[in-house]
Amino acid sequence: MFWKVCLGIWMSLVIIASFLYAPPALGLGEVSRIIYYHVPLAWVAVLAYMVSMINAIKYLRTSSIEYDYRTSFNAEVGTIFALLATVTGAIFANATWGTYWNWDPRQTSIFVLLLIYGSYFALRSAIDDREQKARLSSVYAIIAFITVPFLVFIIPRIYASLHPDPIVNIEGRLQMDARMLRVFISSLAGFTGIYFWIYNLQNRIINLKGKIKGRL
Amino acid sequence: MVTRFLSWTRQAGALLNKDFKAEFRTKYALNSFLMFAVTTLVIVSFAVGPYYLDPVMHASFIWIIIFFSAMAGLARAFIKEQERGTVYALKLSTTPEIIYLGKFCFNLLLLLLVLLVIIPFYFFFLSPSVGNPLLLVVVLLLGSLGLTGTTTILSAIVSKANVKGNLLPVLAFPVLLPLLVTSINGTRLALEGYTFGEASSELRVLSSFFVIMTTVSLLLFNYVWED
Repeated sequence: MFWKVCLGIWMSLVIIASFLYAPPALGLGEVSRIIYYHVPLAWVAVLAYMVSMINAIKYLRTSSIEYDYRTSFNAEVGTIFALLATVTGAIFANATWGTYWNWDPRQTSIFVLLLIYGSYFALRSAIDDREQKARLSSVYAIIAFITVPFLVFIIPRIYASLHPDPIVNIEGRLQMDARMLRVFISSLAGFTGIYFWIYNLQNRIINLKGKIKGRL
Repeated sequence: MVTRFLSWTRQAGALLNKDFKAEFRTKYALNSFLMFAVTTLVIVSFAVGPYYLDPVMHASFIWIIIFFSAMAGLARAFIKEQERGTVYALKLSTTPEIIYLGKFCFNLLLLLLVLLVIIPFYFFFLSPSVGNPLLLVVVLLLGSLGLTGTTTILSAIVSKANVKGNLLPVLAFPVLLPLLVTSINGTRLALEGYTFGEASSELRVLSSFFVIMTTVSLLLFNYVWED
């Protein structure tokens, strides 16, 4: 309970600060405030997908079904966050490049990421047997996650992108005003906190389901 | 180490031999694969007709034809074992890694046979100009390696699903997209006559994709194969 209240206050402060405290970025104007939402959303999406893959590996190692529940649930959370990141990114693209979608390498990457997890859910719905569903979809989740580095790091490097430099860019420098950076880091922390809250909730649901099934 | 490697190649070779014998009794997979590829090619040729195409368009068409005919042709490798019930005999006779290697070689040979027909046909119908033929061959080879390595494990996954029809392209497309984008670009460079040095980043991406995918498939194939 205590942590929930803390998180609520923290996120409210982040939202207020993102509009009132942080200055707009040079050259981009007021639109730049979207980075306090867009980047953390994309970060949580990748984090959720990574946790999903780790649980898939754990499932293959131990074949205990709760890891499979976690894999699929993290894939769902990751997909929702990736969708939100795509939408916020498209809004930003419309404001700065004049169009919502232009197959920029970054947009292509996130689109393919969404496709990958769409296929993952398609595969899950195509298999009836519970154990086989868990095993085959875990294998697919691992194969799918392996292509992510190609999409995120290699393709955008070969093809020119209009996307503003990622925060940790090739030179490893941070080009941000101190006040902006403060809000940005707090927002990242807040969104990560929200993710772990969701994770915790879902784990409790999975455990309860297991208990109910055990009783029946 | 060496003896183990030799026994692996011998067993994978035996599986390849068995698949080839079974295939050339019916020629079902090869015929449908080839006809699908030719049909796609002819549709492209009809649609394009007399127009002049950029190298980018040629490269995209070549890979669209390869991708879709591979999806139609390579899906059957495991489904046919499942349908005939020979899958249990295969499970008893050898280890999963060897099954993967044998099926991978069979699929690769099948794909290369089709490419051997389809690429000359493509040049016959659409006559694109090729600046660097050797680079084109290397890009096509590396692309086929990565394509087959990924498709083999995915078709094994599909063979266990209840709905086998259209699942393979759905599963394969997002995973293969980095490979497709890079091979299209590599093919364009070859058609425009760039040298190997200028296309080195494409070649590196293609070969690392192949190595990573095959390694992961070998590690994971055990879990797909066992019941």
